[in-house]
Amino acid sequence: MRSVWALAAMAALSVLTASTITLAGEPKQGGVLRMYHRDSPANASILEGATYSVNVPFMGVFNNLVIYDQHIAQNSPDTLRPELAESWSWGNDNKKLTFKLRQGVKWHDGKPFTSADVKCTFDLLMGKSQQKLRQNPRKAWYSEVNEITTSGDFEVSFDLKRPQPSLLAMLASGYTPIYPCHVSPADMRTHPIGTGPFKFVEFKANESIKLTRNPDYWKKGLPHLDGIEYTIITNRSTAILAFVAGKFDMTFPTHITIPLLKDIKSQAPNATCVVEPTNVSTNIIVNSASAPFDNIDIRRAVALALDRKAFVDILFEGQADIGGTMLPPPQGIWGMPKDKLETITGYGPNVNANREEARKLMQKAGYGPDKHLAVKVSTRNIAEYRDPAVILIDQLKSIYIDGELDVVETANWFPKVARKDYMLGLNLTGNSVDDPDQSFYENYSCGSERNYTNYCNKEIEKLFDVQSQQIDVAKRKELVWDIDKKLQEDVARPIIFHARAGSCWQPYVKGVTIMSNSSYNGFRYEDLWLDK
Amino acid sequence: MFAYLVRRLFLMLVTLFGISIVIFLLLRIVPGNIVDILFAAAGYVDPADKANLEKELGIDQPLIVQYWHWISGFLRGDFGYSYVSEKPALQEILPRIPITARLAGLALLFSASIGIPLGVISAVKQGTRLDYALRVVSLSGLSLPSFWLGLLILTASVAMFGQMPIFNPNPQTWLEAFTTYAVPAAAVGFRSAALTMRITRSSMLEVLRQDYIRTARAKGASDAAVNYRHALKNAILPVITVIGIEAAFLIGGLIVTETVFNIPGVARFLVEAIRWRDYPIVQNLVMLIAVVVVSANFIVDMLYAVFDPRIRYTD
Repeated sequence: MRSVWALAAMAALSVLTASTITLAGEPKQGGVLRMYHRDSPANASILEGATYSVNVPFMGVFNNLVIYDQHIAQNSPDTLRPELAESWSWGNDNKKLTFKLRQGVKWHDGKPFTSADVKCTFDLLMGKSQQKLRQNPRKAWYSEVNEITTSGDFEVSFDLKRPQPSLLAMLASGYTPIYPCHVSPADMRTHPIGTGPFKFVEFKANESIKLTRNPDYWKKGLPHLDGIEYTIITNRSTAILAFVAGKFDMTFPTHITIPLLKDIKSQAPNATCVVEPTNVSTNIIVNSASAPFDNIDIRRAVALALDRKAFVDILFEGQADIGGTMLPPPQGIWGMPKDKLETITGYGPNVNANREEARKLMQKAGYGPDKHLAVKVSTRNIAEYRDPAVILIDQLKSIYIDGELDVVETANWFPKVARKDYMLGLNLTGNSVDDPDQSFYENYSCGSERNYTNYCNKEIEKLFDVQSQQIDVAKRKELVWDIDKKLQEDVARPIIFHARAGSCWQPYVKGVTIMSNSSYNGFRYEDLWLDK
Repeated sequence: MFAYLVRRLFLMLVTLFGISIVIFLLLRIVPGNIVDILFAAAGYVDPADKANLEKELGIDQPLIVQYWHWISGFLRGDFGYSYVSEKPALQEILPRIPITARLAGLALLFSASIGIPLGVISAVKQGTRLDYALRVVSLSGLSLPSFWLGLLILTASVAMFGQMPIFNPNPQTWLEAFTTYAVPAAAVGFRSAALTMRITRSSMLEVLRQDYIRTARAKGASDAAVNYRHALKNAILPVITVIGIEAAFLIGGLIVTETVFNIPGVARFLVEAIRWRDYPIVQNLVMLIAVVVVSANFIVDMLYAVFDPRIRYTD
């Protein structure tokens, strides 16, 4: 009987699937996708960039060795697909990753793509080539790579110091395109050459970015679009009004705040809008190098004072996620489950009880109703930073801390943090790949440039290496959860919430997938098409 | 006259030299340089990479060397390269100047063509409902920031017509040209129009109380002749002065208007360049504006001297 029901369910499912395909229709060729861009990027070089202002418009110019499936919202080891590599294999000791490369691929200037280009790209990223990148923000991703070797024109190997399964995740990031050997890094900033579905046409700072179809793209029949045009509009209200008026086919991805989403839905009811996590956490950086935050009790009190739900309700109308270092499930692959999360100091659901405990810790440190601790809460002069900082100051009042907002211009922010000229800071941390190796090493390892607080715990760092070498995903998850818990209890960089944001497009735009655990890896747009 | 010309020319050069020093130093006083901003965007600072980049851009050199490098280049017409786009600075600046000049010209035209007639009407109809209504309009013009007015216009055009004027650098039709320039010019010129209206009104009221106006009326001259031939002709001088001063202030309004209407003009470009600390763009662009303003003043001074001999002998 059970099998009859299963058969019926499968039949119904197949009918539904077939009707979905029929409704979606065959992709149409042609048309230029018009999108606004929120900002004028510094240049066109993805390898030197550290904001998705660069890789949204330019990701379509390139290909990676491997890439996350562009139509599955959640990036995971299961959604890795070959791109310039036809296949990959690990050596027996998991210390050698070999790629067989695709043949017949040409750069946009007609030169052939070979394994030498792959070697050049990673030598550049590892700082081993004669040519240098102006900036190399993801150099640490390749710290376990000994060298890149080629075997003929179409095979390339990564020799590792130790097993590191997450290397594939780094290679699949939108931040890891393959660059050509025959073009200098300087030229890649102004006129990028790739093998991707779209060729670079022009980039006028503060004005526009234009890409055109690559007619010789190695994936036959792709891309569907004739081109993509980004109009740079820095004023969010103007940009959204232009989208509503039909001047643009899509908003800039994840540019719509939750409150603004309602406006769009009321003014353009036909628009398709989705809300997804961005894998950007809002967190507190604590200067534990000097008083008063060199006292672990005061640091713990701050962590206990947080009412995370209040932040989420005020800033996101309830649509944001509470988690630790790693993006929480279901969108996050590595985040702690709720029951484990709630066992961590300050994450318990009873905020009053947490704060009572915090007040006791403050009293132990010598503060109380008659003696408040005066603290400057520093943050950048950007709404996404200022608004939560104001809420934080309000919440700190409940534990005898009088916060004063210290707004810092962007140009001064990192030098100020680097010289430890702050007490408490409100910070945003974007994770370009949902993988612990990216987050742990970048933000929490001793000596890392993005470890703003100089947090250094050698015991935990050993655990970073243990989880990094674990091949079994389930076992690695358990290790990651333990590490994440330790980081929160150490008050290394208390995570307040993980943001969500909206993206909208007109109903005739087909084939858009907004990634649910990364806002950096889903902009190839080669099979996006316009149904008009 | 020759001595006067030489003296004025010398003063002009001294002024420009002073301006160049002020621009140069002010930019260096503002905390952070392009390298700091690039690394801030990257979320990390690598001291070695930072030092290399500062060396590559020449901003590690002593200030006097940097200043000489810039000013000697400016005098030769070599504006250097934008730090951000890495394109020649002149190539980045020049195409944007006509856009802003058209916008500013139209805004001033709007200001004069609306402000003067309404100011005259308000003065002539003093104390009437029309006068009060016009004074409310002029007060609102002075109170409304141009960026807010701009957003109001955009929102209204989307809500009412489902359309929105997006800047089109190559308008094909008059309508496109109109929506491209006239609407933002009106948004930014509204404040100037309001100011012009108030000055015209008060200046006209003052003139209308003069004896010769009473005489003209006694002679039987028509209201139109009295108001426009006799009164306005004498009342217009302070108005022209104010419009001239407004032209210099316009750049402030244009910055926000260009941002709201997304017009790739020189005003918005200047602000963006300041944000990036793109010294070659900011220094050369501000210097160009200074040269234009100082030269205009110089020409006006010369014309005054030509037409009024007292000036060239007493100065």
